[in-house]
Amino acid sequence: MSFIIKGETGDWEVVIGLEVHAQVISKAKLFSGASAEFGAGPNEHVSLVDAGMPGMLPVLNEKCVEQAVRTGLGLKAKINQRSVFARKNYFYADMPQGYQISQYDQPIVGEGTLILDMPDGETRAIGIERLHVEQDAGKSVHDLHATKSMIDLNRSGVPLMEIVSKPDLRSPEEAGLYLKKLRSILRYLGTCDGNMEEGSMRCDANVSVRPVGSTELRTRCEIKNVNSVRFVMQAIEHEAKRHVDVWESGAQVDQETRLYDSNRNETRTMRSKEMAHDYRYFPDPDLLPLEFDDAYVAGIKATLPELPDDKKARFISAYGLSAYDAGVLVAEQESAAYYEHVAKLSGDAKLANNWVANNLFAVLNDKGVGIGESPISAEHLGKLLLLIKNNTISGRQAKDVFEIMIKSGQDPNVIVEERGMKQITDTGAIDAAIDQIISQNADKVAQYREGKETLMGWFVGQVMKATQGKANPALCSELLKKKLAP
Amino acid sequence: MTNLTTLTIAAARDKLAKKEFTALELTEAHLAAMEKHKALNAFITETPDIACARAKESDARIQSGKAGALEGIPLGIKDLFCTEGVQTTAASHILEGFTPQYESTVSQKLRDAGSVMLGKLNLDEFAMGSSNMTSYFGPVKSPWKAKGRSDDLVPGGSSGGSAAAVSGYLAMGATGTDTGGSIRQPASFVGIVGVKPTYGRCSRWGIVAFASSLDQAGPMTRTVRDAAIMLKVMCGHDPKDSTSAKLDVPDFEAALGKGVKGLRIGIPKEYRPDGLNGEVAALWDKGIQWLKDAGATTVDISLPHTSAALPTYYIVAPAEASSNLARYDGVRYGQRVEGRSLDEMYSKTRAAGFGFEVKNRILIGTYVLSAGYYDAYYLKAQKIRALILKDFSDAFAKVDAILTPTAPTAAFGLNDKQDDPVAMYLNDVFTVPANLAGIPGASVPAGLNSEGLPLGLQVLTKRWDEETMFRVCQVLEDAAQFPYLTVTP
Repeated sequence: MSFIIKGETGDWEVVIGLEVHAQVISKAKLFSGASAEFGAGPNEHVSLVDAGMPGMLPVLNEKCVEQAVRTGLGLKAKINQRSVFARKNYFYADMPQGYQISQYDQPIVGEGTLILDMPDGETRAIGIERLHVEQDAGKSVHDLHATKSMIDLNRSGVPLMEIVSKPDLRSPEEAGLYLKKLRSILRYLGTCDGNMEEGSMRCDANVSVRPVGSTELRTRCEIKNVNSVRFVMQAIEHEAKRHVDVWESGAQVDQETRLYDSNRNETRTMRSKEMAHDYRYFPDPDLLPLEFDDAYVAGIKATLPELPDDKKARFISAYGLSAYDAGVLVAEQESAAYYEHVAKLSGDAKLANNWVANNLFAVLNDKGVGIGESPISAEHLGKLLLLIKNNTISGRQAKDVFEIMIKSGQDPNVIVEERGMKQITDTGAIDAAIDQIISQNADKVAQYREGKETLMGWFVGQVMKATQGKANPALCSELLKKKLAP
Repeated sequence: MTNLTTLTIAAARDKLAKKEFTALELTEAHLAAMEKHKALNAFITETPDIACARAKESDARIQSGKAGALEGIPLGIKDLFCTEGVQTTAASHILEGFTPQYESTVSQKLRDAGSVMLGKLNLDEFAMGSSNMTSYFGPVKSPWKAKGRSDDLVPGGSSGGSAAAVSGYLAMGATGTDTGGSIRQPASFVGIVGVKPTYGRCSRWGIVAFASSLDQAGPMTRTVRDAAIMLKVMCGHDPKDSTSAKLDVPDFEAALGKGVKGLRIGIPKEYRPDGLNGEVAALWDKGIQWLKDAGATTVDISLPHTSAALPTYYIVAPAEASSNLARYDGVRYGQRVEGRSLDEMYSKTRAAGFGFEVKNRILIGTYVLSAGYYDAYYLKAQKIRALILKDFSDAFAKVDAILTPTAPTAAFGLNDKQDDPVAMYLNDVFTVPANLAGIPGASVPAGLNSEGLPLGLQVLTKRWDEETMFRVCQVLEDAAQFPYLTVTP
């Protein structure tokens, strides 16, 4: 998927690396026993450690280590059996210790790979540079009081994974696909809920441009804390165009940190290079180096679920789906499970794909709900497809039943039974209907027999009408063909 | 009635058990002594009400046969340990008025063992100093005076209040903390026993942090046995401190009396530099002879990186301190000076809240961690630290303990040395290596100099071998027959 900016001096391409902050799914915070849950009242989830009280010490939450290793394995990355927590020193009112405990030159996870599923069914591998674990800061609220800022430390110490990509992305669309795929993997692994609206996944984008064909890396800008996939894509597009304008005007792009304003769709300087912090990283003397052995990693590996890429490959080979269709179905674990359930019940993988990926997803999109809140259970949809398969109802009838199922949530067998929607497969009844139509439409019969075969559809329609749509369409045409034969 | 304040902890423990006097009487005697010697300025906060209440609880437990290991023993707590409901200042203006809702692990253990807290002891601000002159609450005076002179002397630092209180009979024992010598050097200056255990023996939870990789709590007492009794209570694994060791606590007191026969004692040549104070050198030689007389053999050893220890320490400790002290920002507790912006509030608060020496070290620490200087200072210091550790592990392959002087001089005058931070830093030249290596060290009062001022000898052993350290200390103590201050009952 190429993304080329046509400048006055020529074509430019964009070089993008993403840093994603993903909140680790964990009951407690990274270094304290306080709850890491979202949504409590201000400062209700704050321990003495989170508030940076004198003499307080961090104690590593082992669950978070497990989650980070799990994520690293999911990204097919190198797991570092020895890593070091470091202090990142800077002052801010909602960072009580005066430093953030993070990892610096010895992260828990090293290089890995993430596969993008392109819309044309192709794939593209994006390098993962590293993953490290760190604590979140609290929140400053500036608009509650005329002269004071309010501090909420509920987030202070909440565990985050920072997942850094290599500068391998080449378009806003790829950046969007990367985020969606990463979110998909994190959700499969159960290590982050990927909810960008609640801030449990946030993205910083490093953007630079260069003339097409060049391999240099020009000065990049970092766009901080963008909180939706769409905004990330918009911010990158805007920023890339801005860079092209700057370079083409003969000026230099300054390395700086910028903020994206989604209302105006533009980025603005947040911190220039001169104002950049010197974080004075050094190993946190309150924490020992984090060390574990092969057996620990193997133990976690044994509990990994089938991940999207593997599931996709299996759907292609086992169900005969296209790469694109398989990719759509596996994006969410629940959708994939739903599909498999329907496919197995109905015994028709392709029919199941049509109904799940087209009909059902359209309904869910419409309602703005996830597969978990689907008004139709996988079992019911499977039953519906079975009714089609065994000719109890026609495809057209199935659509009607489907509509009723959305509204009522009823079992399709019950709907068909109650409403007498069973398809007529009794040749006698259909024969009678056909005979009547033939006798009443001698002119059309003659035309057909003279070679106007397109009239077959009209005859089928008449039979369906006469049977209130219950006649099996295939059976109808078969019988009609016999009777209309000259 | 005997003078209750001059008893050792061991003696008081036995007499309380025999109900010769009550814990309340013992506590009241100490509260009276504190009142009488207020001029020493040993305490920042006195807690007589808490002391009496706890003493009464102790008496009840003694009556019901449920006495703890330190039941009814009046102790002072260095004001670096957070104490529940009692102001904790670290001797800094920035924490003035701060009252923790929690009790440090070490002071909690002392409390659980039945000891009675008399109050919070003065110290150098944030434990940064070797004279107790950097305290926001004023310097502590040593109870000792040079022969024929009346001018005040420093008690050493940073645990200066602890040193003065124990040597002056205001408390039977006190907690100290030792980052570069802050227990041992003041113990040497006032003629008491000071023990810095192995790094990781005592939990650091609830102790205001100075330099996290070096800080270690320990007891300050008048006898080796008392130190052993107190240390046993203070240490042990704490899940709240990731650097505290998962090891059983030995019965240090049981190690006493085993003597030093057959032990090999290392005498490091680097601790006898040109210009070493003659009286200090002479006392050291005396100590060597005492150990030989008791059946030990001495071995000349080398700790080749000793001279690099002090500069290394003055990079590592300020670096960690610059980060540890970032939390004192006026936002959540302690002092705040308002400003027109967040940054202005920070700078005004910290300018007003920290004293000169603390600011000095924050600046040094910030500098050595800065981009472009990190490798040259902090990283290099870490490498040298590893070499110092290796010096000791090589030495302990050959010897069981090392004997050195504790400090290069006896206590100096309250008004000396103030202008020269480096001269002040030299006080720690013999004590700092043990902190860098994480090994245990103790200072034992061994004699007086010609001015009649105490001098201590330092015993170092390998990590987790405090028992050997106590054995050697006790032999020195027995031989020295140290002339403690006399007080009239």
